Amino acid sequence: MDYSIKIGGEAGQGIQTIGDTLAKVFSRSGYHVFTHQDYESRIRGGHNFYQVRFSEKGISASRRRVDIIVALDRESITRHRDELSDNGVLIYDAADLKLVLEGDSFLDVPFTEIALRQGSKILANTVATGAVLGMLRVELDIFEKIIDDTFRKKGDEIVEANRRAARAGHDYAVRNCPKCAFIPSQFGRPKLLINGVEGIALGALASGCRFYAAYPMTPSTGIMNYLAGKAKEYGLIVEQAEDEIAAINMAIGASFAGVRAMTGTAGGGFALMVEGLSLAGMTETPIVIALGQRPAPATGLPTRTEQGDLLFAIHAAHGEFPRVVFAPGTPEQALFLTNKAFDLAEKYQIPTFVVFDQYLADSAWTFDGFDVKRIRYRDYRIRGEEWRQVTAYKRHAFTDNGISPLGVPGQSKNLVVTDSDEHDEEGHIIEDAETRVSMVQKRLLRKLPQIRREIAPPLFYGEEGADTLLVCWGSLYGIVKEVVDALANVRKIGMLHFSELFPLPVGSVASAGDIPVPTGVRPETDFLSRLKEAKASLCVEQNATGQFERFFRAETGYAFDHAIHKYDGRPFTVEELLEKVSACLGRLL
Amino acid sequence: MPALDDYYRGKTPAWCPGCGNFAILKAFQQAMAELAIEPHQFTIVSGIGQAGKFPHYVLCNTFNGLHGRTLPVATGIRLVNHEMLVIAVAGDGDCYGEGGNHLVHAMRRNVNLKLFVHDNQIYGLTKGQPSPTSGEGMITKNQPFGVFSEPLNPIALAVALDCSFVARGFAGDIAFLKDLMKAAIRHKGFALLDILQPCVTFNKVNTYEWYRQRVYRIEPDYNPEEKSSAFQRALEWGDRIPTGILYRNDRPLLEERIPTIKDVPLVLQPIATARVEKTILEFY
Repeated sequence: MDYSIKIGGEAGQGIQTIGDTLAKVFSRSGYHVFTHQDYESRIRGGHNFYQVRFSEKGISASRRRVDIIVALDRESITRHRDELSDNGVLIYDAADLKLVLEGDSFLDVPFTEIALRQGSKILANTVATGAVLGMLRVELDIFEKIIDDTFRKKGDEIVEANRRAARAGHDYAVRNCPKCAFIPSQFGRPKLLINGVEGIALGALASGCRFYAAYPMTPSTGIMNYLAGKAKEYGLIVEQAEDEIAAINMAIGASFAGVRAMTGTAGGGFALMVEGLSLAGMTETPIVIALGQRPAPATGLPTRTEQGDLLFAIHAAHGEFPRVVFAPGTPEQALFLTNKAFDLAEKYQIPTFVVFDQYLADSAWTFDGFDVKRIRYRDYRIRGEEWRQVTAYKRHAFTDNGISPLGVPGQSKNLVVTDSDEHDEEGHIIEDAETRVSMVQKRLLRKLPQIRREIAPPLFYGEEGADTLLVCWGSLYGIVKEVVDALANVRKIGMLHFSELFPLPVGSVASAGDIPVPTGVRPETDFLSRLKEAKASLCVEQNATGQFERFFRAETGYAFDHAIHKYDGRPFTVEELLEKVSACLGRLL
Repeated sequence: MPALDDYYRGKTPAWCPGCGNFAILKAFQQAMAELAIEPHQFTIVSGIGQAGKFPHYVLCNTFNGLHGRTLPVATGIRLVNHEMLVIAVAGDGDCYGEGGNHLVHAMRRNVNLKLFVHDNQIYGLTKGQPSPTSGEGMITKNQPFGVFSEPLNPIALAVALDCSFVARGFAGDIAFLKDLMKAAIRHKGFALLDILQPCVTFNKVNTYEWYRQRVYRIEPDYNPEEKSSAFQRALEWGDRIPTGILYRNDRPLLEERIPTIKDVPLVLQPIATARVEKTILEFY
């Protein structure tokens, strides 16, 4: 069983509500769910869609073929009707859209009329959701529970009206869709459903983040929204800054004052933060930056997806200082890599990055649960009695490992001094060459090898004897994994997925550490030999120039045999990547 | 009670002999001693420029950050630890030019910061370019036809934005400057203290003599709580330049409005990471 549902309509029609609700019903029913969203940079009108896929098997990407289309506008019909599978059905409200479609692939469900009968036009989306569940012959108990939770605050009357609307939509579909032969498998244990930005935000909470400053910018805004909602419960300050320059400088100030701090933005906002990034590097102030890539240059395609800022994240800012760049492939990795980013930022007193994109941000995945025991939290700052006992404190003291004690200003008689100018051990401005050299060695050179040892190798998925390797990074994990599955019977194929990108774990002996590794996937320490021995290697990236490919070659000298680049701002579907990979391998072998 | 010496770092400042900054430093150290605030109890955040070097000559917690970015850093520190006195020290180029946007929004937020601007109406560190407060017509190396723009009036800007405390001091009047610093620190709210400070090397217009002929202390019976008269005084410039507390109000502090830090400073609160297990359940 593997069904996909597409809800299409104009911005403001409520397609996200329908999509979110269906995804929740399926995840609570114990199915594996994957969703992705496609929307325009507007609040009303245009054409958006939300795709929900569910299965009793693990899934990690969207398919092109869909089984049910909910068309809330005419464009959903013209654009997507060809995507229907052989037994697929498109439902629409003929009266609303003022058109009638012939054929048993189309089912007119009078959403509005049914809604009006139950009390209000506003119930139309509940009718539509109920109708989809009716087509699938899914009982309404879980949906009714969601209705109760959603509308409880609005009173019993609203709850009842929505319950009636759901039932009416459901029953209408059961009665009027004889062709609907979808048979979902049996229920399992409820799964959790989470998207990429929620994973990052949860990772921040799990890491003891106390301060988040940002300026709203798609696709990063979801992090700020989620954290603001948790501010009271977690004792967190979320400040909307006047611009991204202020945001990163506020976060740096907060970190200097003694708490874990983070900022988040998209590529354009990060461009403004770059000077502040260098400040964090110079002052050795721990800070975590969530960088949401979107198609650029400049404003680009604001609500769409791309992997175009990898080299920017690695190289941004003037001067030389250590940094760490992660790019999670799943919401689970987003949580645990954000946690690791906080840990490494504070341990080495450096800026660290969680690089993501709109596709990961908005895509929801299901998981059986998260292994919270793997969350690491260690406070590396000196506080309390220990801090009061310190004498002759120097914020930037020269040490064997380059890491100087990180004191909290105000909590002892010791003074905490730091400077964006080159400085001495105390933190005061200097000009002399000798101190400069010692400070670069301390701040940068001594830390680099230690940081590299913290970085886990890429994950390998596929047959052990695989001689064809698909290589990817960040959000492409799920799509490439499914393509490996689809080709497993045809050839010996495997995937190498990099989520800990910088420094590249070359010669690293680190295991996956605390980052959970999904079933069937394992860390590949000797990835370079593996690549060299492969008959064919393909690097798949969502950018035009192959940024990872170039970075990888510069670091290792290894050149991939072939590359697939996509830069239309839309995510791959499984079918699309499968075609491209097959065509490419057909030419290669 | 700390002695004056407790604030001296014992380094000779890298300022030109006769620079107005020496007087500002002296007034500041006196003010801190009289307020009995110990070095570890306050943080100076500075930017870049001659004023940016200020905290290197004072014993205190210090964040000498980027040009123009003093206020965001200071805001971050204050929100995390609102028991810490945080003073931002900047020059006119730093604060009114590069960091203008931050100034506007810091006044809006009304975070309890003290902003001391060393306003010498010129760029010192980069050798003599005009600043946002340079007079119209000032001829410099890269303004051979004179400055075309009107000077920015920081006092009028601050009054218009309802800044919680607005004052002007003069480096040539150390005793009064010290009193203004103390008043700014004691005030509950964002305080802007614009300090007129001659640049003896590059500003040949606004000299000690020029200021002495114009600057006057505001009358003792002046009421800084009246906004319209404050605005009139804010516009006074030229033959007569008022110094003193020009405007004051008791707007609520940002720190007091954030429920998270109502009782205890954020930096002293325990970490609640274990709670995340419960939060994860919300995703089922």
